[in-house]
Amino acid sequence: MRTPIYGLMAEFENPSALAAAARQVREKGYRKVEAYSPFAIEEVNEALGLHHNRLPLIVLCGGILGGLTGYLMQYYVAVIDFPINVGGRPLHSWPSFIIITFELTILFAAVATVLGLLGLCGLPMPYHPVFNVARFALASRDRFFLCIEARDPLFDRHDTADFLSSLRPREVSEVAH
Amino acid sequence: MSEDPRDTRSVQSGRPTVIAPGHTFATVTDKISSIVLTRRTPLFWFVPFLIGSLLLMVFLGAVGYLFVRGVGIWGIRVPVMWGWAITNFVWWIGIGHAGTLISAILLLLRQSWRNSINRFAEAMTLFAVACAGTFPLLHLGRPWLFYWLFPYPNSMNIQPQFRSPLVWDVFAVSTYATVSAMFWFIGLIPDLATLRDRARNRWAKATYGILAMGWRGAASHWQKYETASLLLAGLATPLVLSVHTVVSFDFTVAIVPGWHSTIFPPYFVAGAIYSGFAMVMVLAIPLRAMYGLQDLITMRHLDNMAKVMLATGQIVAYSYVFEAFIAWYSGNPFEMFAIWNRMTGPYAPTYWLLIFCNLVFPQFLWLKKFRTNTVWLFITSLDVLLGMWLERYVIIVVSLHRDFLPSSWGMYEPTIWDIATFAGTIGLFLFLFFLFIRSMPMISIFEVRTLLPQAEVTEGVEK
Repeated sequence: MRTPIYGLMAEFENPSALAAAARQVREKGYRKVEAYSPFAIEEVNEALGLHHNRLPLIVLCGGILGGLTGYLMQYYVAVIDFPINVGGRPLHSWPSFIIITFELTILFAAVATVLGLLGLCGLPMPYHPVFNVARFALASRDRFFLCIEARDPLFDRHDTADFLSSLRPREVSEVAH
Repeated sequence: MSEDPRDTRSVQSGRPTVIAPGHTFATVTDKISSIVLTRRTPLFWFVPFLIGSLLLMVFLGAVGYLFVRGVGIWGIRVPVMWGWAITNFVWWIGIGHAGTLISAILLLLRQSWRNSINRFAEAMTLFAVACAGTFPLLHLGRPWLFYWLFPYPNSMNIQPQFRSPLVWDVFAVSTYATVSAMFWFIGLIPDLATLRDRARNRWAKATYGILAMGWRGAASHWQKYETASLLLAGLATPLVLSVHTVVSFDFTVAIVPGWHSTIFPPYFVAGAIYSGFAMVMVLAIPLRAMYGLQDLITMRHLDNMAKVMLATGQIVAYSYVFEAFIAWYSGNPFEMFAIWNRMTGPYAPTYWLLIFCNLVFPQFLWLKKFRTNTVWLFITSLDVLLGMWLERYVIIVVSLHRDFLPSSWGMYEPTIWDIATFAGTIGLFLFLFFLFIRSMPMISIFEVRTLLPQAEVTEGVEK
């Protein structure tokens, strides 16, 4: 279902106002809400109920995969594919495999962090409706925005706009698709 | 000094402020982004950039000649086959470590003052690792076959020897370079978005726009972003400690007297951070003066960095003393000779100069008067960079030139090509670094915003 507009956006002057507004919007029952700010604000995350984060799990999987890859690769090369007998010393000389196992654990986990972050955020994203609001360019400078999306069941073009205005924003604007 | 803001404290949290008072989100954003976007490229920018470009030409010439003639153009002769190449490698990679320390370890330790120096320190890491990486590659003899270092199915049916520290080094350094680059780029994304939103020039807007990948500062993104930063910092911390440890294994695993020592890993890591902070200072002091960034990179930053230098310098000093003590205490005549040869042999002046540069001269930093004098700090940092280079030279050349058998002793002398390659990597470093200064925000804008007192949410507005 395509809504006529993407949502309604209110602009605030400081992080405290944004956090307070986000809390009131959530209390009112809106759920499809997103805040935009020039830096991370813990209180806003809390107000919007952002607790779930699958990134650590992705990183853990990446790390385990990297460790296994590192160790098994060395085992395969040193024991199976290219065994070198040096005075009868054991081929499976695990202490000397630790370093590369460790390095590949870090490498895979770090790659998983970056790809996981981009994947979970849906980046790169060439187009997004919020940029249609002219003043939104200030979200990366010194302004704080709160957007209630039109797909929220409680959304009403006029009532929601009135409600947002009651939160004492600098201005409320409609976000075109 | 009057610039010192340590006496002012934020009213709400009691945190010491690290940014000079009077700034707002808008002023820090405009100030840092204008260096890239609107201000005319200042004349003083061209000086290091031109020097860097010229030396880069020297580098390309030296490397080109090396490709034609082979590593014999360098002064490496039996028994000193490592010479300047490996000295420079260890020196450069050590310099890189301070960037990761600032960006990762100080982040985990919640040292928020790092927010205004981490960006260019990370860039320094990246470029220092690039310079470092060239040396072992060129030193291979046939650098175009470097991929033989990695295990891959090949028609020659041979594989790398995973029990060799030199192979560990390949994995450690390439992982370090990759992770540093990713950490740096992830850290840049919100600032690239700022540049995208503030650029007036179409090309700049498009370029920064593509690089920012559509970042819009959404709270749900920031939440994951913060987690990612912490996780990357947590991964980079053991990584950076492991890299110089592995570099030290290149020496300790060998049985050469003067190398075969368990003290090397911590001693190398401390030395790396020591020289790295010196390089951060050498870059920060002129930059803040020229671009007028004294309100963002304050005396407090320089003072803190000087203290880190002092602390790591003391660890290095302790290692020098203990190295000599262990050699004597071991009762091993070869170990004792190695140290004695350092102190009194043909290369004794380099050893004593190293002791002066790394141990004696930086002791002035105990006094606050010297820690807050930028000229003095700049000279001390150059002195530490020289000292740390000499340390690696002494460890490599002086240990190798006289080992067990007097019949295999020899002397080492660098050639003009050694000097050209080393000066060339300094050129490569300057070239890349000043290109970065010109095209990217050298201070992390979004992290500096969080240092402002306005960034704190005041509770009780609505309840």
